[in-house]
Amino acid sequence: MQEARLLSKTPFVVALYAAFFVLLFLVDMSGTGFAELLAPAIGSDGEGSVYARFVTSVTLSAIITLGIWLIGKLQFNAQRVTVWLIMAGLFMLFFTSFDLSFEFIQSKIWFMVSQGILTTLYISVVSISIASVLAIIGAVAKLSSNGFANGLASFYTSFFRGLPLLMQVYLIYLGLPQLGFVIDAVPAGILALSLCYGAYMTEIFRAGIESIPKGQWEAARSIGFKFGLTMRRIILPQAIPLIIPPTGNQFIAMLKDSSLVSVIGVWELMFLARTLGQKDFKHMEMLITAAMLYWILSMVLEYAQSHIERRYRKG
Amino acid sequence: MNSVHKPDVAVETAVKPAVKPIVELKDVNKWYDDFHCLKDINLTVTPGERIVICGPSGSGKSTMIRCINRLEAHQSGEIIVDDVVLHEHMQGIDKVRSEVGMVFQSFNLFPHMTIAENCMAGPMWVQGVPKGEARRLAMKYLEQVRIPEQADKYPGQLSGGQQQRVAIARSLCMKPKLMLFDEPTSALDPEMVSGVLDTMIDLAKEGMTMLCVTHEMGFAREVADRVIFMADGEIVEENTPGEFFDNPREARTQQFLSQIL
Repeated sequence: MQEARLLSKTPFVVALYAAFFVLLFLVDMSGTGFAELLAPAIGSDGEGSVYARFVTSVTLSAIITLGIWLIGKLQFNAQRVTVWLIMAGLFMLFFTSFDLSFEFIQSKIWFMVSQGILTTLYISVVSISIASVLAIIGAVAKLSSNGFANGLASFYTSFFRGLPLLMQVYLIYLGLPQLGFVIDAVPAGILALSLCYGAYMTEIFRAGIESIPKGQWEAARSIGFKFGLTMRRIILPQAIPLIIPPTGNQFIAMLKDSSLVSVIGVWELMFLARTLGQKDFKHMEMLITAAMLYWILSMVLEYAQSHIERRYRKG
Repeated sequence: MNSVHKPDVAVETAVKPAVKPIVELKDVNKWYDDFHCLKDINLTVTPGERIVICGPSGSGKSTMIRCINRLEAHQSGEIIVDDVVLHEHMQGIDKVRSEVGMVFQSFNLFPHMTIAENCMAGPMWVQGVPKGEARRLAMKYLEQVRIPEQADKYPGQLSGGQQQRVAIARSLCMKPKLMLFDEPTSALDPEMVSGVLDTMIDLAKEGMTMLCVTHEMGFAREVADRVIFMADGEIVEENTPGEFFDNPREARTQQFLSQIL
């Protein structure tokens, strides 16, 4: 509510107006479409003149300041939606300024969804599943008092968190065949993503397990539970609700990091975005389409994640 | 609480050499890094004995009973529980633990399980008791601690005193040969204390072997066969409750009693 109070102070609104005016005057809006709308006031030959710059910036900054002042009057949710719509509109304006060919996008989008998104999702889901298994093993090993297990686990997390994921993709795809294990692009990509994210998630799982009070261990052990039984029946059921939200975050991050496996020729979304438009010199069309698809996917997942989080917070 | 003195019972158990001890600590020492927290502890517990352990905080009393089910490891000396010598590389510590019940200051119920499931967990998953029978067992002991109606609630829905009684029932479901109590009433609101103490008194009257770290002196007077006073990691005085409270031998005991009574 800080903004609402600020916007009700006249000096602040005047300062805002002045700031926009100076900015727009310096940028010089007199050559844009907006200046054409003001042609009656400026005169048609005024382009570039100080007068034209002055008139356009006075008007435009007034419109912007009025808009902000009006949004300030709205309720929180209405503010949110309005800001979203304005930002989306500005983005559309930005994208259309590339003069995109929508027929070309239309002709390719189905293939991008059926081949690209499907492969991206497939790689991400398989990788996050394997990564979760690695993370449980890694976390248990890191927490154990066994020096071997701890050494292996900490080496694993240090190595795979310490190298760029792109390099891991190359090392696995190009390195393993040199050792005699010929590996396809898709399994190589999945392996790289699983190992890397498994290392990150080991830390998430370890923190989740460690956050369960020591008394739970002691109570279970004093009844005669062995380590594995305590973990399975007492500790993990309490730790998993804590682990799931950050794991969801990791999944959304992985969805986008899976674009890195495009470098080894997996036909996922990023690969298609780079290649489909090449022949016709329509790079921007495909890149922007893929960007939108990634964004939509992430939003859907974020929505799903917030639902899961709410469910576990209740439970 | 009526204070029945039973010094003669204690004397009897103390002189009976034929009874085999259930717990024996011989010259037990323990260090936390440089801190010498248990110093040459010697203690023998015979079946059926009720022992109250008291002393200022940091005196090692909790550490001592936690060594008996090896939640803490001792570094020298010998601890024997029901003929099993506890040591670093031993197999089957879980079996020993399943025969030694433990009640904690902070209850430590499993929050994701119902009260009945808390009680059934040990019998089912450690002893392999079928579910139906485990449930009957759980209800039996929940009745004994007088909260059978709470069986299907979760620990978070119960008061502290009720939770502690569930914790006692959970231990009893394992049919332990010995119960360890680590300040069971210290975390409770005052009005909750008597419910837990009554449960412990019932248990004592049924002949359960008990080692209780507690400052509840009424409880000590009523049920204890022996009171052990610890300070700075040592057992300073061991006495019958009557003698301990009315006629303590050691200066440190007198000082401690003057502070708490």
